[in-house]
Amino acid sequence: MTTIERARARAEAGERLSLEDALALYEENDLLFLAACARAAKERASGRSVFYTVNRHINLTNVCSSNCPLCAFQVEAGDPRGYVLSLEALEARLASARAVPGLSEVHIVSALHPEEPFSYYVEVVRRVRAALPAVEIQAFTPVEIVNFAKMTGRSIESILSLLQAAGLDGLPGGGAEIFSPRVREIICPKKATAAEWLAVMRTAHGLGIRTNASMMYGHVETVRERFEHLLALRDLQDETGGFQAFLLFPFHPAHTRLGEEYHLQRVGAWEDLKMMALSRLVLDNVPHLKAFWVMLTLPIAQLALGFGADDLDGTIGEEKIIHAAGAQTGTGITKAKLAAMIREAGYEPVERDARYQAVAGGAR
Amino acid sequence: MLCSEEYRDIEAKVLRGERLSREDGIRLFHCHDIAWLGALADTVRRRKCGDVVYYNVNCHVNLTNICTSRCKFCAFGRDAEDKGAYEMTKAQAIAVVRDAMRDPDLAGLHIVSGLHPSWTFEEYLGIVRALHETFPSLYIKGFTGVEITHFAKISGLSVREVLLRLRDEAGLQAIAGGGAEILSDRVRQELCPNKATAAEWLGVQKTAHELGIRSNASMLYGHIETLEERVDHLLALRDLQDETGGFLTFICFPFLPAHTELGKSVKQTSMWDDLRTLAISRLMLDNFPHIKAYWVMLTVPVAQVALGFGADDIDGTVHKETILHDAGATSPKALSENQIIRIIREAGRVPAPCDCNYHILRRLDGVSVPAAAVR
Repeated sequence: MTTIERARARAEAGERLSLEDALALYEENDLLFLAACARAAKERASGRSVFYTVNRHINLTNVCSSNCPLCAFQVEAGDPRGYVLSLEALEARLASARAVPGLSEVHIVSALHPEEPFSYYVEVVRRVRAALPAVEIQAFTPVEIVNFAKMTGRSIESILSLLQAAGLDGLPGGGAEIFSPRVREIICPKKATAAEWLAVMRTAHGLGIRTNASMMYGHVETVRERFEHLLALRDLQDETGGFQAFLLFPFHPAHTRLGEEYHLQRVGAWEDLKMMALSRLVLDNVPHLKAFWVMLTLPIAQLALGFGADDLDGTIGEEKIIHAAGAQTGTGITKAKLAAMIREAGYEPVERDARYQAVAGGAR
Repeated sequence: MLCSEEYRDIEAKVLRGERLSREDGIRLFHCHDIAWLGALADTVRRRKCGDVVYYNVNCHVNLTNICTSRCKFCAFGRDAEDKGAYEMTKAQAIAVVRDAMRDPDLAGLHIVSGLHPSWTFEEYLGIVRALHETFPSLYIKGFTGVEITHFAKISGLSVREVLLRLRDEAGLQAIAGGGAEILSDRVRQELCPNKATAAEWLGVQKTAHELGIRSNASMLYGHIETLEERVDHLLALRDLQDETGGFLTFICFPFLPAHTELGKSVKQTSMWDDLRTLAISRLMLDNFPHIKAYWVMLTVPVAQVALGFGADDIDGTVHKETILHDAGATSPKALSENQIIRIIREAGRVPAPCDCNYHILRRLDGVSVPAAAVR
């Protein structure tokens, strides 16, 4: 059997793919074959269900010491566009969040503020927990956690434990980008290394903190580096089983230094769907694959349901980071619209909580 | 191929190269497995066209938006006194094309316009003749079956005479595929009662094909038509193609509701519907050489993905499209040739610039256009 024959046979049978298998399938570019295999893998993992949730995003600050070339959201200290959400403003946001029927999750991701003390973030979590006792608090990527550890001199485990004690349930999957040190040197030289990112996740899983994982592609990485990234996630998942969902972030080059310096264009929908299907196939041990519509646009996110995705994320409310990079998608969507998209794809919409359990009273 | 048992018989027919029935077509419209549908259509595409994806370096010329037809799905047509109404003079039309000629690779024109209440056929003909004489190197594709029918009515000439004059005096090389909408009298009565009937539209194509003028065909879907009417539309085209063999390509037009009267009660189709309709068209129209993914209507991402769902043509650079942008099309008003090449290469296919009769004009071998993702 040639490499590609073996890779196709494994993909079709739902067997584990090697790095060489994944590269061969990528190279062959038989998009709809990958889709069919990924869809079968999705149905093995989550049957006819496609999930969505009612969530709200809060971005606490855009002032960042990391200054990554890939980012269009961050500003430097002293920039007039810089903001830090005050605790009063947070309370106002929480008051409006309390009025959201069926709110399941608050998602908090922010920049690495050079001066805001760790106590501010702990207080944020405490206030969210007080205002919304039953809601899942998914906050702080490993990059932020590493930053807290460095700022305070505490260990990762101690930071996570303090946040957990304040009410934190889970970590978002961001900040993984591409693990290759070569790539990180170009796209985000100052922030957490791959080893640090993975160490935070390993520690979180050990503490019973659920997390997601992600990959940002379509910039300066090679295809091999993409799959090495996925395999690093798969290895950790074999060890801990703590990843709930995986998200793909196609790089949006607009308004970023990286985009400008390397003359990058947004990869096409073809590439997005191909990576969606291949991620589903390679990450055979991660239960859920999100099609994050803010990044992908609603049409491509819907189509991704035919390419292995089983989660459209949520209603969101207000998202700032990706829109700063020129995303043209709206900043929120209704449950009914998400459910209709899922039904049209031939699946059953399931409004979920943060543990992927069906919520009573969801739009079925 | 992976598919549910329910559709195994249709898959077997397609793989054997057997024709699908009306009932098969209707069943396919109820299939949710879009990846399977796409893969099946893709096998047909591969059999017919190999890995080539055709595109045009072209310029759209819309001579006037003043129109007597005022179809309910249209946001382009205006009354003469309406704000935004325009009619081009010969000089203006020439200026538009001269501007587009700054691209040395410009190969041809796509001319489609409103049914102007006072223009004579001679006036339309005169403008196109002037374009042809000024820019003899450009191919001219233009006029839908609706416009040709209109010209015959206002001039008293037969459809055949209208076509001959356009061909012989103005250099017309192929007929545009628009105006077919849904070839059902029920739908046309409701949406576009003032223009060519289904029989008239088909009659123009038949006459053109008899004269050796090739034409395209299209379907405007996603409004008030039923899925059965979509299938019947495809079958009407397939029947005529069996008879004449004159159709080159088929184009799916999803209805764009913004700014149209009909749009007040109809929502825009989803990408899901767009891709399955395109795939089913490739499967049903087994005698059509080409299927076009018209990016202006589908958006660039959908058109690119459509290359995996049976399409082998992504239309062109377009240069200032106006009809669909009036209806709220959010796609860009033009693409550069390099953008088109990049879209095609990312899909793993071979870009081929062609004229309106699918003659490949240039070879791109050795022209390096990097697909950013693949290194």
